[in-house]
Amino acid sequence: MKTINQLSIFIENTKGRLAEVCGLLGENNINIKALTIAETPEFGILRVVLDDAETAKKVLKENNFIATSAPVVAVEVSDTPGGLAKALKVLADNDINLEYMYGFVEKTSEQALMVFKFDNIEKAIEILQKNNISIVEEKVALGK
Amino acid sequence: MIYNEKVECASKENLKNLQSERLIKTVKYIYEKSPAYKAKFDKLGIVPADIKSIDDITKLPFTPKEDLRDNYPFGLFSSDIKNVAEIHVSSGTTGNPTVVGYTARDLRLWADVAARSIVCAGGKKGDIIQVSYGYGLFTGGLGIHYGALRLGATIIPAATGQTKRQIKLMQDFKPRIVACTPSYILYLAEEMKDLGIDPRTASWEVGIFGSEPWSIAMRDAIDKTLNMTATDIYGLSEICGPGVAQECTYREGLHIWSDVFYPEIIDPVTNQPVPEGQPGELVITTLTKQAIPLIRYRTRDIVSITYETCKCGRTAPRLSKIKGRTDDMIVVRGINVFPTQIEHALLQVDGALPNYQLIVDREENALDKLDVLVEVDEKFFTDELKALENLKAKIKKAIDQTVGLGVNVKLVEPKTLARTEGKSKRVIDKRKLH
Repeated sequence: MKTINQLSIFIENTKGRLAEVCGLLGENNINIKALTIAETPEFGILRVVLDDAETAKKVLKENNFIATSAPVVAVEVSDTPGGLAKALKVLADNDINLEYMYGFVEKTSEQALMVFKFDNIEKAIEILQKNNISIVEEKVALGK
Repeated sequence: MIYNEKVECASKENLKNLQSERLIKTVKYIYEKSPAYKAKFDKLGIVPADIKSIDDITKLPFTPKEDLRDNYPFGLFSSDIKNVAEIHVSSGTTGNPTVVGYTARDLRLWADVAARSIVCAGGKKGDIIQVSYGYGLFTGGLGIHYGALRLGATIIPAATGQTKRQIKLMQDFKPRIVACTPSYILYLAEEMKDLGIDPRTASWEVGIFGSEPWSIAMRDAIDKTLNMTATDIYGLSEICGPGVAQECTYREGLHIWSDVFYPEIIDPVTNQPVPEGQPGELVITTLTKQAIPLIRYRTRDIVSITYETCKCGRTAPRLSKIKGRTDDMIVVRGINVFPTQIEHALLQVDGALPNYQLIVDREENALDKLDVLVEVDEKFFTDELKALENLKAKIKKAIDQTVGLGVNVKLVEPKTLARTEGKSKRVIDKRKLH
């Protein structure tokens, strides 16, 4: 699998709400591998890569959260100055639209592991591979 | 099918004669039996002999809800409490609750009008009916119950609550009819989805929904979501509970059983009648009740009326769906806003469920603001902030255009707004107006 399952969760921008979501995941022994928040003054979307997205989705739903899945790509970039820029330039040169990106929490190698979200995921994967930018498989990225 | 063809399809002349005869009798009766009414009549210098036909009804005084509260508990009754078979109480938001009583004959009347209503909605003898209105002091549950009993339907007195059990009752007993509030049936549909049951497979074919105002857009949503025919029932405990008026399957207004509940539509400010088809406050006079007959009771519900014979053959006049309440209408920056208008706007926006709440507040600079809280639904949630912002903008535009007022839309998490099993708490007014 070249893609990774990302969960996006709707949360109101109120005190303690993020703690509740994270607490819920923790209680169910679900580990957060990567996360980012897109927010407005009223609400936000918490985007996470989890080691067990299926269970998380079920648990969240039971607790009246709305969560939706989307495929993202885990890309390894060199953890040196200009490393990320190199990968982004390849995408820009090939007209690939990057919707958003964020980093993995832990580092498993000398490289930095990033989450990329594309509107045209197949094309993006093709371009990345053609340019020898390493895509990390789901199993590896999630440490399974 | 028509339950009581003789009165439901009576000629206009026969109906008028019946109404006149009954009004004369009722006025005479309350003048003798109810000191509170006698005092009201005496104050206006009216005696029963002044009432010679139904047209004289405009000479009679109105009965506002306050009269019931001021005469709490039994002051407005025309029957001795010994002859009252059943008492119902509706919760009061301010002061005393409203108490109504029924003699044995009143209960038979209630059963009759509720049976007419069930048949009018498309029910018939032998149907199984799930009654998911509250039983007890609230008139909803027992009213439909008495009607179904009279009709000869099989009753599941499910009452409210225990949503999962409601769904199981439906799956196991396959009732053809369900009676509850319109917001509760949509709540049940959501719960079914959560349980992995397609709401379209529900056994309910006929819905008898009432006790809160709801729009045609909401009716369409119920029809579609549950693959059923949702009909509107009207009632209020002061008159008798559910069964005052009911939509037939053509759903072009609610037939009011005017042989027993005489309707007038008036301008709530001038108290003058409005022309046929124009919205105004519904005023009802009970023509045959014993325990607590009411003369020109101000319902505070805004409706219009038509006297045209319906396609179904009934001559019973038809009320429009409730367009609002004279008392839950909120005035924001000088504009009259009814929650049903907001509901209509929300349903125009693709994907927005009609679960919402209005919060009116006054800002420091003394300007009123209206916040519309809308629950986010799975159907339109994506990982894109942009998509949610677009949705918000669309909702805002729809409401601004419908109501003619700039509002603030706030998206909130699912199932966070009060969604009661009875009436929904749609409006919260935080302004200190009194």
